[in-house]
Amino acid sequence: MSGATWLGMPAFPEAARTALADEQLQANLRTATTTIRAKREAVVAERADWEHLRAAGAAIKDRTLRHLDRYLLRFEEQATAAGAVVHWARDAAEANRIVVDLVRAADADEVIKVKSMVTQEIDLNAALAAAGITAYETDLAELIVQLGDDLPSHILVPAIHRNRSQIRDIFRREMPDAPDDLTDDPAALAAAARRHLRRKFLTARVAVSGANFAVAESGALVVVESEGNGRMCLTLPEVLISVVGIEKLVPTWADLEVMLQLLPRSSTGERMNPYTSTWRGVHPGDGPREVHVVLLDNGRTDVLADDVGRQALRCIRCSACLNVCPVYERTGGHAYGSPYPGPIGAILTPQLRGMRDDPVAASLPYASTLCGACYEACPVRIDIPAALVHLRARAVDATRGPLSPERTVMRAAAWTLAGPRRLAAAQRLAALAGALLGRRGRIGRLPGPLAAWTRTRDTPVPPGQSFRTWWRRNRRGTAE
Amino acid sequence: MRIALFVTCVNDTMAPGTGRAVLRVLERLGHEVTFPAGQTCCGQMHFNTGYQRECVPLVRKFVDDFADAEVVVSPSASCVAMVRDHHRRVAEVAGDRGLTEAVAHTAPRVYEFSELLVDVLGETDVGARFPHRVTYHPTCHGLRMLGLGDRPQALLRAVRGLDLVDLGGAHECCGFGGTFALKNADVSVAMGRDKVRQVLATGAEVLTAADNSCLLHVGGLLSRARSGVRVMHYAEILAAGDRS
Ligand code: SF4
Repeated sequence: MSGATWLGMPAFPEAARTALADEQLQANLRTATTTIRAKREAVVAERADWEHLRAAGAAIKDRTLRHLDRYLLRFEEQATAAGAVVHWARDAAEANRIVVDLVRAADADEVIKVKSMVTQEIDLNAALAAAGITAYETDLAELIVQLGDDLPSHILVPAIHRNRSQIRDIFRREMPDAPDDLTDDPAALAAAARRHLRRKFLTARVAVSGANFAVAESGALVVVESEGNGRMCLTLPEVLISVVGIEKLVPTWADLEVMLQLLPRSSTGERMNPYTSTWRGVHPGDGPREVHVVLLDNGRTDVLADDVGRQALRCIRCSACLNVCPVYERTGGHAYGSPYPGPIGAILTPQLRGMRDDPVAASLPYASTLCGACYEACPVRIDIPAALVHLRARAVDATRGPLSPERTVMRAAAWTLAGPRRLAAAQRLAALAGALLGRRGRIGRLPGPLAAWTRTRDTPVPPGQSFRTWWRRNRRGTAE
Repeated sequence: MRIALFVTCVNDTMAPGTGRAVLRVLERLGHEVTFPAGQTCCGQMHFNTGYQRECVPLVRKFVDDFADAEVVVSPSASCVAMVRDHHRRVAEVAGDRGLTEAVAHTAPRVYEFSELLVDVLGETDVGARFPHRVTYHPTCHGLRMLGLGDRPQALLRAVRGLDLVDLGGAHECCGFGGTFALKNADVSVAMGRDKVRQVLATGAEVLTAADNSCLLHVGGLLSRARSGVRVMHYAEILAAGDRS
């Protein structure tokens, strides 16, 4: 059921080209992002104190990250005192092993899942499948992705690349109990999914979740959702296992209050989301009898060590940056080669996976025009353009040594720009080349490395006289 | 006022008319303009592409060239944003305390052309005349990094005969993005074509902006489409009419 994989994907520019050629995808993405942008803008505009809230959200997360060691231990102490079992996982393999062992100890061969990004990150479903355990996604969009043997393409709406009729076709094909006359009416689709999932909710003995937040002062976890399926998973089974990235902490309930104002408005464009579940340890006769929390590093402490890159750990996975990104709008999420797409993926994936031996990750910091729409929208003020530029420098520095064509051009440009005489000489050359190549003041298609520009865009012939030459000829003698 | 012009390497080479336009407007308003002859480039392309080390000598050169200037003006929003927001980081990367101090001295005195006119000189009507239908694209660095707001439009609205029409989806990036235009040419062009569609929908004869680099990209697409729409830096519009 989980054959789809991120492995072997091409680097961003090539994956983007494929996406641009898919007209259906283009239409689906445009409709979805335009709708959600408008909703977000409307509810954000209602809050006169929005900028203060953003600043508070950023400050809370920064404070947490500064003292992360302390807050993690506090969380462990409180959660344990409340009857939860806390596990620590250094990487994906360790986390997967812990979860598999826990499911086996419960003598179960299936689990139901609350939508979670972190279990996508560690590819938990594949690890479970390898151990003979079937995972059932219960979030509607996640279910669509799972049934279609597809990959998620958005943080909030993993099936955003599908439209209603495509979803109906997937259900008809892959959902054994889907009605034969299923239409593409959203209510009918949701009803079919609900029927399909209900039996699982009532029979599964183990649930796996992530968490949107972990409150250090009380050892509580928080899941924010729209459908209520998450709450079914959190309350009905006997065993609940939550995998939580170590950056999900907030120190106190008062800090959580700020986050709960920022997240729904930025995410679904709602003032408040329909279901917010919080739980803390075990309560006899009420909810799961066993509660496990797996605290996951998986590269996060490396991110924390980078003074510019670490702001990515503030992220609350709202997906506002995806929805406003003009690049994401055209490429969709799969082009980013990881469960974290869009601007946040472009700064998180290279840091979590490293760029040296990973051409996909190394291409991501360049998958942006640096237009800044993401920074403007981000509820915790992550300066994504600054982080992108910083990661580009890390990508360049990681490969210093071999002389690539780009490095040669950059070096030559730096040499030329080191002095006005060199620049003036280059300008004369450019004007000469332009005069040779141009027709009626325009340069058309050119071969070689310039084709990427000239295949689609004309270029004006560089004027015969640069500004500095004009100045020298006409204004010499003026104070310089 | 004595104002030093930082023309930028792109304008110097590809659009010298923009530098001359800045000169003409400021002199018409009675100011003295100097052109420090050693100037070349702010280092934006190197910095944004990840070549931060190669950028260090360019920043060093910039602060030297403009060390004595009281006020510096530049007709490029993205270059001013580079100076204001990133020169400090370059100095940090270089680990050079002296350079950090020099940047702290120079950067705050560098203004984008509309900032200089509206905020420093207090002018919105610069006495221009340009009887054409024009639409303005607020380029991303001007819009979000500098926060130029309504300044360029205010200047354009005061131009005699000029019919300023709103551009749909104005806040969306045109897809240029420096080396993005080459590294991710397909996405860049897809974004640029959407911008072209919006420009054509306005019926404008001229597309104007605060960055000639973005205009080279959109203008290149407009020209390839044989659209007949011209692109012009807004400084050239503000300079029109005193002699022509
Ligand atoms: S980076 Fe900011 S906008 Fe993007 S998902 Fe994270 S919190 Fe949301």
